[in-house]
Amino acid sequence: MIDRRSLLARSAAALALGALNPTLLHAATAATNKRFVFIIQRGAADGLHIVPPMGDPAYGSLRAGFLDSLHGAHQLDATFSLHPSLTRLAGFYDSKQMIAVQAVASTYRDRSHFDGQNILETGGTQAYAEKQGWMNRLLPLLPDGRALALAADIPMALRGAAPVSSYAPSGLPQAQDDLMLRVNRLYGDDPQLSALWTQVMQTKGLVGDLAKSRGQSPADLGRVAARMMAGPDGARVLMMETGGWDTHTGQTGRLATQLDHLDTLMGAMVDGLGPAWHDTLVLVATEFGRTAAINGTNGTDHGTGSAAMLVGGDLQGGRVMADWPGVAQGALYEARDLRPTLAMEALISGALAQHFGLDPALVARRLYPAQQNLRVATI
Amino acid sequence: MTMTATAIALNRFGLGARPGDGPIDDPRRWLEDQFARYQPTIMQADLLATRTQVVQDLLDYRAAQRAFRIAKAAASAQAAGGQPSGMVSTGAPPQPGTMAMAPAMPTPPPLALTEPKSMVRDQHILQAGRRIRNAVATDTPFVEKMVHFWSNHFAISVDKMELVGLGGLMEFEAIRPHVLGRFEDMLVAVEQHPAMLLFLDQAQSVGPDSVVGTRASRNGRGNVGLNENLAREIMELHTLGVRSGYTQADVTEFARALTGWTVTGIGRGGLPRPLTDPLPVGSFVFAPMLHQPGERTILGKRYDQQGEAQARAILADFARSPATANHIATKLARHFVADDPPPSLVNRLAKAYRNSNGDLPTVYRALISAKEAWTPTPAKFRDPWNWSIAMYRALGSDRSDKFAAAPDRNLVGAFVELGQPIWRPGSPAGFDDIAGSWAAPDALLRRVELASRIAAQAPATLDPRALAGRVLGDSLSPATAATIASAESPREGLSLMLVSPEMLRC
Repeated sequence: MIDRRSLLARSAAALALGALNPTLLHAATAATNKRFVFIIQRGAADGLHIVPPMGDPAYGSLRAGFLDSLHGAHQLDATFSLHPSLTRLAGFYDSKQMIAVQAVASTYRDRSHFDGQNILETGGTQAYAEKQGWMNRLLPLLPDGRALALAADIPMALRGAAPVSSYAPSGLPQAQDDLMLRVNRLYGDDPQLSALWTQVMQTKGLVGDLAKSRGQSPADLGRVAARMMAGPDGARVLMMETGGWDTHTGQTGRLATQLDHLDTLMGAMVDGLGPAWHDTLVLVATEFGRTAAINGTNGTDHGTGSAAMLVGGDLQGGRVMADWPGVAQGALYEARDLRPTLAMEALISGALAQHFGLDPALVARRLYPAQQNLRVATI
Repeated sequence: MTMTATAIALNRFGLGARPGDGPIDDPRRWLEDQFARYQPTIMQADLLATRTQVVQDLLDYRAAQRAFRIAKAAASAQAAGGQPSGMVSTGAPPQPGTMAMAPAMPTPPPLALTEPKSMVRDQHILQAGRRIRNAVATDTPFVEKMVHFWSNHFAISVDKMELVGLGGLMEFEAIRPHVLGRFEDMLVAVEQHPAMLLFLDQAQSVGPDSVVGTRASRNGRGNVGLNENLAREIMELHTLGVRSGYTQADVTEFARALTGWTVTGIGRGGLPRPLTDPLPVGSFVFAPMLHQPGERTILGKRYDQQGEAQARAILADFARSPATANHIATKLARHFVADDPPPSLVNRLAKAYRNSNGDLPTVYRALISAKEAWTPTPAKFRDPWNWSIAMYRALGSDRSDKFAAAPDRNLVGAFVELGQPIWRPGSPAGFDDIAGSWAAPDALLRRVELASRIAAQAPATLDPRALAGRVLGDSLSPATAATIASAESPREGLSLMLVSPEMLRC
């Protein structure tokens, strides 16, 4: 509430003048039409549920309790399918505009959200050690790296020496339902507060109403993103944050909602971009995956390997990128998580090099200076 | 959850810990040392209009409104033109289409038809904004918390137009300079402040046998006379306390003694100009022509003073009364120690008050040295004001730029959302000071929503685990620390920290 309105007013005025924001208009050397969008899934999205390996014989027994929620999943290949909420993304896959990536992870191997997100975003190898983000280090490599965060504050991935602007549409859709549940836990041992919070949850119909009552729909956010990237003065690098992925409980329903939001957001953004979609690449990624097995509360706990998605109008897609380790008990990482077989940093370097027509080794060196021997993935 | 002595000093006595505030070697000493460092002038006071400017603005606004109404009626009559006059006097505003449908009519001049504007609302926002920022930035949080306590003790409510621009000034001009002085001086400063005189209608009160009162009754004007509002609330709320033994006759006598206490420019309309001309508008003035002549008897004591001195003598006696000592001791103990304060503590505070003739630092020292105030179990549920200020202080320099850039109206508006609008409790009794009034489901939900909005703007570099440690120190329970650490994003972790039991209570 503090200064979102003023930011909004400032940005709205700038939009009206046909420019995004004065800070976006720096050093316009040679214009590029190539656009890159990073959608971060904060909270460790369950890749095994988003790109389920239905063809892996071990999966059915491991996730027996979740199989109903995957009814109608879109089959991608002999092994993998796509969660049924992702209808637009399934369409992009069929039209060769999407690559599903499985068993991917950053260098981070512990299970703290904050540390994991920090490493995913900074590209460092130690949490909170690196002060700049890899997206910011990408900017000097681009002829015209105007960057924008659709957030009240610039996320870590975009922080650094290169100028970045931020714009918060009035009330980004927040994962309020997740917060409500966590407040419930926070007050668990406190008789007075837990009694009050129980009443809140009851009167609010448990969860969900809050996110809708205020702020923008995912479709609005997608349209805003498209508008911000439109035209010769629009942003060329953009980041959005999504939450609500930390599904320790009631995973199937919550994930279906979050994925529906993500799908709607993507669809609205692609529709809004129009012809510019053919110059756009989108990366959807999370800090780490979740346990292979279902826990005792119909959810999953913090894990390691997860899924990511590359979506782009000009992508040679329609395939799954995975060196699939399998989910049989013996194949799991630390006997509990999906074993990562692809480095997130390798995926990102490769995808960006190809998209912007840059030398993959140069991209990897600049984006991930802390990782000397990074072998860039071929997309 | 248990609080360390440092946490008690910072949170129960103070306005909330900032990152790195603790540990404090000698918490009691730290509190008393604030007396010498306290700044009576509010931060950025130079931004504020003076009470004279506010009252002059009100007078100009009223005049402009009269002119506006006249101009509007004239324009309306002109637009109605040849229509029967009966149609004009309906008072219906001219419709935009009316003129277009009657092209033969000359267009009325739009000259005086701009709605007059007053600055009082902007001034209110500016004043409340200074109060918030001062509370967040202060290095003498215990004394500042006392300012807030007294401001609520002497509550006004800025519901009336005349008060909107004056409410904050009363706290700045009458409370702040006396918070480390004698209660009696604060009492007199408050009761003579235009905000209080207008809020409780004292500015309108006329002695029936005064010059103005006699003239009015001779002219058959029945609407001029005594108003007991301020007299009653002084006795009931500001000093002696309800049911402390005074009668209706005492209230009426005190109201008679108070006649003449009014405000220049905006008080009793019939006040002859020459009487107040030397004073700028918005000043306290004793107007002898309004004063009920004669001696008064209150609580069995005779007051034969003349003029202003009469009510002053009564106020001085009220300030010295054991009933007042008890009333104030109870409220202070309730504010700092417990909704239902221990009688032993109340008695000690009352004794300190009586023995020092209401010397406030002496009373504060008694509070600081009271063992009841240092119980490690949090005993108070923070009201929205104290919780919000504690929240902003907890965020500290990590978001000082965001806080500094936030418009006053947004900061001030948040308190309306939380149900505790600044200087607008709606009653002279002020806001309640017990958990039952604030610990309610919807109120708690609003706090979670506000915390989440504020956390959404926190810098991406913020690590709530580290911040919680620096702000809550040893008071941070393992359960809260674990819930914060397991949040799905740093901002969600921050939201949880801001609404944690450790932040909601002190």
